[in-house]
Amino acid sequence: MKASFLRQFRILFSTLIFICFFIIFVDLQNIIPEKYIKALLSLQFVPSVLAYLSLKTVLSAGFALVLVLTLLTGRTYCSFLCPLGIGQDIFSRIGGRIRKKFRRFGYKKPFTIFRYSLLGITLLVSVIWGFYMLTLLDPYSIFGRFMTFFAKPVVVIINNFFAVILNRFDMYGLHHIPLTAYHLQVYAIPAAFFLLIGILSLTKGRLYCNTVCPVGTFLGFLSKFSLFRIRFDENKCTRCGRCAVGCKSSCIDFLNYNIDVSRCVDCFNCIEICPDNALSYGIVHSNEKNTETDEGKRKFIAGSLAMLIGLPASLKSQDRNVPVPGKGSTVKENKTSPVCPPGAGSIADLQKNCIACSLCITVCPTNVLQPAWLEYGVAGIMQPVMNYHKGFCNYNCNSCTEVCPTNALRPLVLEAKRLTQLGKVNFIKDNCIVKTEKTACGACAEACPTKAVYMVPYEGNLRIPETNTDICVGCGQCEYACPVTPFKAIFVDGNPVHQVAQKPVDKEVDIEIPTEFPF
Amino acid sequence: MHEPFGVHMIIKNKKNRLMKRRDFLKKSAGAGLAAGAAFSLGGYDKVWPAEMASAEYDMVAIMGGSPEAMFDLGIQEFGGMGTFIQKGQKVLVKPNIGWDVVPDYAACTNPALVTRVIEHVFRAGAKEVYVFDNSVDHGPSCYRTSGIERAAKAAGAKVVPAHSERYYQEVNIPGALVLKKVKVHEVLLDTDVFVNVPILKDHDTTRMTGCLKNMMGVIWDRRWWHSNNLDQCIADYGLFEKKPVIHILDCYNVMFRNGPRGVSRQDIVQMKSQIIARDWVAADTAATKLLGVELEKIEHIPLAAKMGLGTTNIESLNIKRIQM
Repeated sequence: MKASFLRQFRILFSTLIFICFFIIFVDLQNIIPEKYIKALLSLQFVPSVLAYLSLKTVLSAGFALVLVLTLLTGRTYCSFLCPLGIGQDIFSRIGGRIRKKFRRFGYKKPFTIFRYSLLGITLLVSVIWGFYMLTLLDPYSIFGRFMTFFAKPVVVIINNFFAVILNRFDMYGLHHIPLTAYHLQVYAIPAAFFLLIGILSLTKGRLYCNTVCPVGTFLGFLSKFSLFRIRFDENKCTRCGRCAVGCKSSCIDFLNYNIDVSRCVDCFNCIEICPDNALSYGIVHSNEKNTETDEGKRKFIAGSLAMLIGLPASLKSQDRNVPVPGKGSTVKENKTSPVCPPGAGSIADLQKNCIACSLCITVCPTNVLQPAWLEYGVAGIMQPVMNYHKGFCNYNCNSCTEVCPTNALRPLVLEAKRLTQLGKVNFIKDNCIVKTEKTACGACAEACPTKAVYMVPYEGNLRIPETNTDICVGCGQCEYACPVTPFKAIFVDGNPVHQVAQKPVDKEVDIEIPTEFPF
Repeated sequence: MHEPFGVHMIIKNKKNRLMKRRDFLKKSAGAGLAAGAAFSLGGYDKVWPAEMASAEYDMVAIMGGSPEAMFDLGIQEFGGMGTFIQKGQKVLVKPNIGWDVVPDYAACTNPALVTRVIEHVFRAGAKEVYVFDNSVDHGPSCYRTSGIERAAKAAGAKVVPAHSERYYQEVNIPGALVLKKVKVHEVLLDTDVFVNVPILKDHDTTRMTGCLKNMMGVIWDRRWWHSNNLDQCIADYGLFEKKPVIHILDCYNVMFRNGPRGVSRQDIVQMKSQIIARDWVAADTAATKLLGVELEKIEHIPLAAKMGLGTTNIESLNIKRIQM
């Protein structure tokens, strides 16, 4: 195949994919329909595996396509479909602009033991305990968190800048969006990874993908059996070494005419660089067997077993109450459980299937979905949790359930979502304005979409809230609206396992329609 | 006192823009002779024959038609929207867009009525019409689901976002008992004329929402109101200088319980009515009768009357009642 075409196609295709990913994560006005988001995500390897494990449908088996693709073409996934990989390529390019040295790679030895051990541990932890390691290391999730935590705020600031300018000219197409921050501690993990991956990609090309990334390691292993790969024409090669210098994966050992397929991400840069057309992409007739393979396997198994014994048990989920600021004379909200988002089914299910890519958090229009700190325990850090002090769950919205790529949030049609009880309302009369100030309030009852909170006669004309937990859906509108600080007078206590709310009683208003004015 | 509409506008322009219409009518009683001259001077091209109607009604109540048709008929009794709007002015039309609920549920102002009001405002010569509401549910969703965004844009109005504190500016309310300072939407401050288009509903807290209560959508911090004597805050806000010039209270579909949001369509009774008034206290008082709630149970309306915002004694008013 023609060399320049391959590389240009790769750049064009991956740019498009990257732009699509960028847009779905920073879609401030929620314009992109959920089905397109789902389609784009269907080929992400880890999310698709998890979705398949829970759904077992053909449509959710996008990962199978990736496997086939890898067996045919090698690690093209890493260059064409992985948003984190593409992002690293962009960083690497920028790095080359900063210092030419950053784009001179040269052949380096692989960290074989380390990468296969890490893959082994990740797999073992996933099988035995849960997807904690995947949550940390899955490239799509890492990319998602970068977008949600860092890119989206930047886009919001830019949006607001233009919104303000347009407002001056009496144009209101762009809305000013309040910038909200998450728990400060939650930023630690994405920030650490951003530094690590940022610096590595800036200076060392695809080192992260070939050292840490479990998907990269796994697909690298598979691509040892791939049909198409980069090959040397020893007759044409003049051993100038330009290919090795230009290889982001540092995987070309030109002196031995050897390319480490397990690290090659099929970026096709080498083919274009080579002045003698000695490199090409095509079917390889495997006459020379790689001896490194077996050794790698052995090391991998030994290493992963060794690491397994020393695995920290601290990863287990620890239940912990939500911290509440400790001042004020009012009654503390006694939350026994955090509220997990609609579609999760239960906290346990959410924890089992969620890899904290935070897509649901970024699509949530009311900002009620927040990355958890310790609400779900250590293992649940960064998983989505409902925070009714930051927002409320809009009764007519099911966006988060529609976009989840791992099926941790199962799709809920609106009718079903409106009957899903995420938690139950609790009223603390001693905190209520109506009791303490003897003035009217009722902000909670106003906002309640099912009238699970309603007002009953109190003193004089005053009316005070009363609750009916049977029809409460736990949307948190009451808690969000409650003006009392620091502790609310009404709050939603999460259902660890979601329940079905009863439908509000529905009977016609018994009023005669007047035919004349009563005044 | 049956003044041709054009005369009124011209004299009002010359003398004092802030002159109250009632004062004007008194003062201009003797200015009838000027009428012919004023007409011959021309310059005002928005004089429609149909709108040279009696302008002394305090309130017009219409029943039996579509929201648009009732408004067409009702506003004529005031001499058309031109009575309140001068050519080239910027106008704020403030409906209730509080909830992410479809129009059938009547939690937000009827979108067809909003369209028609905006059309009238433009016909009266307004340069620009703005529409916004600080919704309780997620703002953009409310704008969309209520149908009002589309309706307002179709009529040529600008739909302004209102769900970020940045849009709000602090103003003082002299004479207020509790609400001495409040953050109001900048569009309210930037526009020349304010037209109030609320919907009548049952309300869990204040028992009824109408003209006065609709003002909670032009301010930012509703929580503060709720925690600082809500009823007094509503009445206090009425003192703010930027008052609506006319109140068009949508009573076509009326929510009789589970207000202000409503739970189902069963909460709605089709009253097919509309109240148009200059006095919001009076309009709200009349509306209590439609809703069948005793005035004494609704604290904010008598409070507003006490603060001099209008009268609850609607028997003393000149009301035009129209059956379609």
